[in-house]
Amino acid sequence: MSSILLTSIIILSVLGVLLAVILYAVAQKFKVIEDPRIDQVEAVLPGANCGGCGFPGCRGMAEALVKADDFGSLFCPVGGNSTMAKAAEVLGKVAEAKDPMVAVVRCSGSPEHRPRTLEYDGATSCKLATMLYSGDTGCQFGCLGLGDCVNACQFDAIHIDPETKLPVVDDEKCTACGACAKACPKFIIELRKKGPKNKRIYVSCVNKDKGGIARKACSAACIGCGKCVKTCPHEAIVLENNLAYIDFNKCKLCRKCVEVCPTGAIHELNFPPRKKVEAATENAETK
Amino acid sequence: MLKTFPKGGVHPPENKISANRPIEALPLPSKVSILVSQHIGAPATILVAKGDKVKVGQLIAQSSGFVSANIHSSVSGTVESLDAVMDSSGYKRTAITITVEGDEWEESIDRSKDLNKTISLSAEEIIKKISASGIVGLGGATFPSHVKLSIPAGKKAEVLIINGVECEPYLTSDHRLMLEKGHELMVGIQILMRALNVDKAFIGIENNKPDAIAHLQSLETEYPGIKVQALKVKYPQGGEKQLIKSITNREVPSGGLPIDIGAVVHNVGTAFAVYEAVQKNKPLFERVVTVTGKELAKPSNFVVRIGTPISSLIDAAGGFPEDTGKVVNGGPMMGKALSDTNVPVTKGTSGVIVFKETDSKRKAEGACIRCAKCVSACPMGLEPFLLIKLSQRMMYDRLETERIMDCMECGSCSFGCPANLPLLDYIRLGKGEVGKIIRARKN
Repeated sequence: MSSILLTSIIILSVLGVLLAVILYAVAQKFKVIEDPRIDQVEAVLPGANCGGCGFPGCRGMAEALVKADDFGSLFCPVGGNSTMAKAAEVLGKVAEAKDPMVAVVRCSGSPEHRPRTLEYDGATSCKLATMLYSGDTGCQFGCLGLGDCVNACQFDAIHIDPETKLPVVDDEKCTACGACAKACPKFIIELRKKGPKNKRIYVSCVNKDKGGIARKACSAACIGCGKCVKTCPHEAIVLENNLAYIDFNKCKLCRKCVEVCPTGAIHELNFPPRKKVEAATENAETK
Repeated sequence: MLKTFPKGGVHPPENKISANRPIEALPLPSKVSILVSQHIGAPATILVAKGDKVKVGQLIAQSSGFVSANIHSSVSGTVESLDAVMDSSGYKRTAITITVEGDEWEESIDRSKDLNKTISLSAEEIIKKISASGIVGLGGATFPSHVKLSIPAGKKAEVLIINGVECEPYLTSDHRLMLEKGHELMVGIQILMRALNVDKAFIGIENNKPDAIAHLQSLETEYPGIKVQALKVKYPQGGEKQLIKSITNREVPSGGLPIDIGAVVHNVGTAFAVYEAVQKNKPLFERVVTVTGKELAKPSNFVVRIGTPISSLIDAAGGFPEDTGKVVNGGPMMGKALSDTNVPVTKGTSGVIVFKETDSKRKAEGACIRCAKCVSACPMGLEPFLLIKLSQRMMYDRLETERIMDCMECGSCSFGCPANLPLLDYIRLGKGEVGKIIRARKN
C-alpha cells in the first residue's frame, strides 16, 4: 500500500520537475521582450478604446507613441492635451499642444425648414436609407435623422432632438473621436475647432445644389450666394459647388458672415447676446 | 413532371392583372430625359451638345469601357440640356434631356414588320452589333449583354437559357412579348446561340403562363435546337442561379458565375432586343413596361421610349387612383419605391406598380421566435435570422463566413417572416459593408 503511494509521489514529482524545466526552457527560448514603456503609456491613456486616434485601441496607440520619434499627427482626441503631455513626460518627448475639437452637425433641415415629402418605413439605419433613396425631403444632402451617429457614439454625446429631428452634440461629453463623422453616410458631421469658450461659427448645411433648388428643398439651406465670402475680412470662407465653407483655422469669430447670410445657414454657438440685437434682427428681416 | 429548383422559394399572390392586355405603343411624350448610367458599369460618355438636333436611334452617349453600354436617342428633337435629373431613387444623375419634335428615325433602321429569319452575321459580328446597339439585360439587372456573350478564355458555353419565367407578381411584359413576338423571339434566340456557339437553348416559362408555353412550343419545330421548358410556379425562379438549377440541375458555385458550369442566361426581352438590333438594325431605345395596380383603371403593357417620365405611363393607364400610397419601379418583391413619379423610364424598368395606401405600409415589427421560416424560404440556403443579428452587431467577418455575399436580395425571407422583421434591409446593409471590406482587401 505504502509502496504504491511512494511510487506515485515519486513519479509525479519527477514529472513535475521535468515539465517545469521544459516550460522554463521554452519560456526562455520564445521570450517576448516588450518595451516596459508601452505599459506605462497605456496607463496614462484614457482606456476608452474608441479608435479616435486611428488605432484599434489604446494599446495600439501606446505602441505607436513609444515607437514614434516625434508625436506629429499622433493625438488622443479623448484625453486631449493633458493626456498627451503626460505621455510625453513618460517617454521624455515633447507633445505639441493641439486645439481641442468637437463634432459639428452641419444640417439645419428641421421639419419647419424642410418639409417631408416622402415616408420611410424601412429599418432604422441612415446607411441603409441612403442605399435605397435620397431621403424623405427634397434635399438629397441633408440629415435623415435615423440616428447612425447616435449609435456610433461611445460617449453618449450625440442625440436626436425630437423636435428638429436633427442630431445635437453635447459639447461637454464630445471627445472628438470622430466615430459619428465616420458613421454618417451623408458626411454631415465634421470635426471642428472647439474655439475659445466653445464659441464656434460654421455653415450648417452641406447642400451642393444650385441656389434655387436648394432653397426650394429647405428654407435654411446655403444657397451659395457668396455674400459671406465677400463680407469675411479674414478670407476664411470659400465657396465651392454652391456651398460655403468656413475654414476654422482662419476664422476670427467676428460674426459678420452670420449677419449677412440671407437664409440663416451660418450658425454661431455659445456667443453672448449681441449688443445691437434690434439692429441685427431688423437687418435679417429686410434681407 | 414540372421542373423547379429544390431549395427554398415562396409563393406570393400572383396578381397578373394585365396578363391579357396586348402590348400598345405609348404616345410620344413632349420631353424625354435619358440617363447616361442606365446599366451596371461605367456611365456612358455624352456625344451631343445642348441645341443639337437628334434622330431616333442616333448614338448620343458612348460606352466608356468594356462593362458599359452605348445610349441612343429614343426620340427625334433638340437636346435641351445635359443637366442632372432625378433618378428613381431621388438622387440627381446626369441625363440628356431632349425636346421631342416629330418622329424622324435614322435611315439605317428597318421599320418594316416583316420577319427576317436568315442570320447572316458571324459570332463576333453579332457580339459587336449587340454592343453597338447598347443592349443590356432587360430583366431588370441591366448588365451589358455583350459582356455576358464574350466568354472568357478557358471556358466554354454549353447551353443557352432564356428567362421567360417572370416570377415577380404583377409583371406581364415578358409574358406578352412571348405571346405577341414569338417568331422574333425565336430568331433572337438563334442569334444568341450562334454568338455563343451552342446548339442547345431552353426557354424557361412558369406554368402560370400556359398560353405562352403552348405558343412557343408550337414554334419549336421551325427553330431547331430551341426547347420550351415548363416550370413549376415558385418565386424566385427567375433568378439566374435558380433557373439554371431548375432546367439543367447544375449548381453555380458560391461566388462563381453561370459560365463556370457552361450556362449563359438571357431574358426574353433581351432576346427580342437582340433580334431587332441584328436583323432590323434598331438599337435599344424602347422597351415593354407593365403598368399595373389593383386600383388602376386600365392596367396595361406599353412599348415605351426610354426617358419617358413614369407619370405619363400612369396617366395613360387611367391616372393615379385616389388613395395611392406607393409607386414601385419593378416587381413588388425586388422593385424599389419611387421617390418621385416624374423620373424617367430606363432600360431596366420592367414594370410600374401603383399600390394603395393600406397595401404600401409595413406591418408592425415583432420579435424573432426562431421559427426558421426564413431559413426554409431562402433559395440560396442562407440563414437570414442569423444574418440580420450579425449585421445589426456589425460582425462583418462572421457575415462573410456565413456567405452573405451569396444573397441575391430576392426578399423571400422578409416576405414570409411572421414577425415582419426587416430581414432583407439589414442583410443589404451587411452585404454592402462586407462587399466594401472584400474590395478593400483585393486592392
